[in-house]
Amino acid sequence: MSGKEALLEVDGLKKHFKVNQGWIASLMESFGSGEPDYVHAVDGVSFELREGETLGLAGESGCGKTTTGMSLVKLHEPTAGDIIYDDQRLSEATDAEIKKFRQNAQMIFQDPFESLNPRMTVYDTVAEPLRIHDIPNETARVQRALEFAELLPAEHYFDQYPHELSGGQRQRVAIARALVLDPDFIVADEPVSMLDVSLRAGVLSLLDRMTDEFGLSVVYISHDLSLLRHMCDRLAIMYMGKIVEKGPTDQIIENPQHPYTQALINAVPVPDPGVGRDRVELQGEVGDVIDIPTGCRFKNRCSEYIGDVCDQVVPPLEQKTEFEQDVACHLYESAAGYDPYEEMSGSPSAAETGDGAESTPADD
Amino acid sequence: MAQEEQSSRSIYTDLDDGGSDEEIDKWQRTFRLWRETLREHWGMLTDELSVKLSMLTVAGFMLIAIFAPFIATHQPLQRQYQGEAGIIIEDWAEPSLLGADTEYLLGTTAEGFDIFSQLIYGTRAALLVGLVAAIFTAGIGTLVGLVAGYYGGKVDDALMRIVDFLYGMPLLPTVIVLVAVLGPDLWNIILALIVLQWRSTARVIRSQSLSLRERPFVKAAEVAGAGDWHIISRHLAPNVLPMTFLYGSFGIAWAILAEAGISFIGLGDPNTVSWGTMLQASRAYSALSFGAWWWFVPPGICIGLLVISGFLIGRGYEEITNPKLQ
Repeated sequence: MSGKEALLEVDGLKKHFKVNQGWIASLMESFGSGEPDYVHAVDGVSFELREGETLGLAGESGCGKTTTGMSLVKLHEPTAGDIIYDDQRLSEATDAEIKKFRQNAQMIFQDPFESLNPRMTVYDTVAEPLRIHDIPNETARVQRALEFAELLPAEHYFDQYPHELSGGQRQRVAIARALVLDPDFIVADEPVSMLDVSLRAGVLSLLDRMTDEFGLSVVYISHDLSLLRHMCDRLAIMYMGKIVEKGPTDQIIENPQHPYTQALINAVPVPDPGVGRDRVELQGEVGDVIDIPTGCRFKNRCSEYIGDVCDQVVPPLEQKTEFEQDVACHLYESAAGYDPYEEMSGSPSAAETGDGAESTPADD
Repeated sequence: MAQEEQSSRSIYTDLDDGGSDEEIDKWQRTFRLWRETLREHWGMLTDELSVKLSMLTVAGFMLIAIFAPFIATHQPLQRQYQGEAGIIIEDWAEPSLLGADTEYLLGTTAEGFDIFSQLIYGTRAALLVGLVAAIFTAGIGTLVGLVAGYYGGKVDDALMRIVDFLYGMPLLPTVIVLVAVLGPDLWNIILALIVLQWRSTARVIRSQSLSLRERPFVKAAEVAGAGDWHIISRHLAPNVLPMTFLYGSFGIAWAILAEAGISFIGLGDPNTVSWGTMLQASRAYSALSFGAWWWFVPPGICIGLLVISGFLIGRGYEEITNPKLQ
């Protein structure tokens, strides 16, 4: 692979949210009747972010990509697992180390209309991170950041309030705010999905320059595969809180292996009416993230369902023998020699959750 | 090592090396921004005629309160003459405004006090109660609301149960009990009003900050490393401030009304003159049945004017904070 050093390592990250049932339910619970329900937003995700690389996180709505992104910048405390930054486990980090991490991890949000405080001027918004971290040369830095974000002349924007700016300008201000601390990596959560199509190209090329000139690593969260293909070096496809396929962008787009990835890529429209292709359409909805099904999470919608092994054994994300990317699917042979059939118990519990067999015929 | 490699590619390198003296004067800038915001709000507020008139009314009352000693013709609690038995009931002086041959502009009360002077000094009590109670109810309510909304969880539960408890207490009876226990003093009335009135502000501000704290700009500040207090003071407070002002201006009107009510039922401060105590005295001496309307009509008009002005200003401000009303 690229051989660059890993900047950030995510190790088995899990984030579960307790379902809020109100105080009567929680009172009942404290008397011992029933376990609280949890939404398994992110359920065991591991990847690494290398220096200067752009990593794309893709998947349907509700697959946990935004929660993963927010956990990366410590907006959420992980339920389990850890993030390792600069050889330091963040769960064990001291306050000073967390502060240093905060300086180096920034985030760009989806909605530029909500991500700027309506009562703060552009200057105050961009200068705020500098004030929090007591960094000198405030004015010059703010100016430089705004200029980088192509808000020119920068002085002209200093005293403007967000409501005086267009959506594209606001997103540029948000980018300037993320860059002003000179971070190591940025999590960009659908940074252009709320913008007019005409403004997207400008903001995207700005994000591109950001990685080139700053040497930044970026985690790019989007559901838009054609955009990710354009932006990212590597891709990770998520489904129901787990990564199902991970590898170099070209590999994944050109040669997807996981049935879910295949279906996703198939759903991307091709702007040529002459191109005919076999459509693999996804049936049904994303499964229940509170009562996680046994085995593979995609089994109920999978077109390649191969029976009990999918029902009973959770497919690990691993290197396969036939191709470069990592895939979490029983269809392919493990490069490390892992045999999922060994773990099958043959217990009758498979029948309970085996409703996937109704929608897609088992072929074994 | 990773750090060094990064900083060599930073676009800020030359800034950090050279350093620059060109810093914006923060105080001057903050001052200018505040002035602009205030001017903008002031412009919107005085756009409406009713608000303009209300402000003039309040300003007039304020001037009267400040210059009360110069305007009043007599001491408000000094008997102008003595009757035979010490208690004078029918010995009114008719108002000179109506052509009566006395030196009393609005006549005297049955107790022999000059009504005009009482009215002037009553303005002081009304404004004192209104302003002090409003500032404290809005202030305490906002602070509690911000803390409850921002921290959520147990803090929120505890504070909101206190608010629920206060909501369970009826305003006037509670104030009566408190004043009865603490003694009929103007400051005790103010205290009782504050204790009971911050509840509604706290609730509204809490619900506002609950929704504000989930907004991405608060998340962005968190990502940048901002502490709790920084987020509360820089991001939540400025956004709930219009609501605070709104509740404050309504609070003035409510407090004045409540004070008048409490004084009217006889729990007012006997050593200060307020419009409420004037009304109470006129009722006690049956001014209505003697046809001495000049005793109770002027304080009634004053209370009405001030309270309506307060509500109209609040209403005008509401249109600024909530443009949907326009």
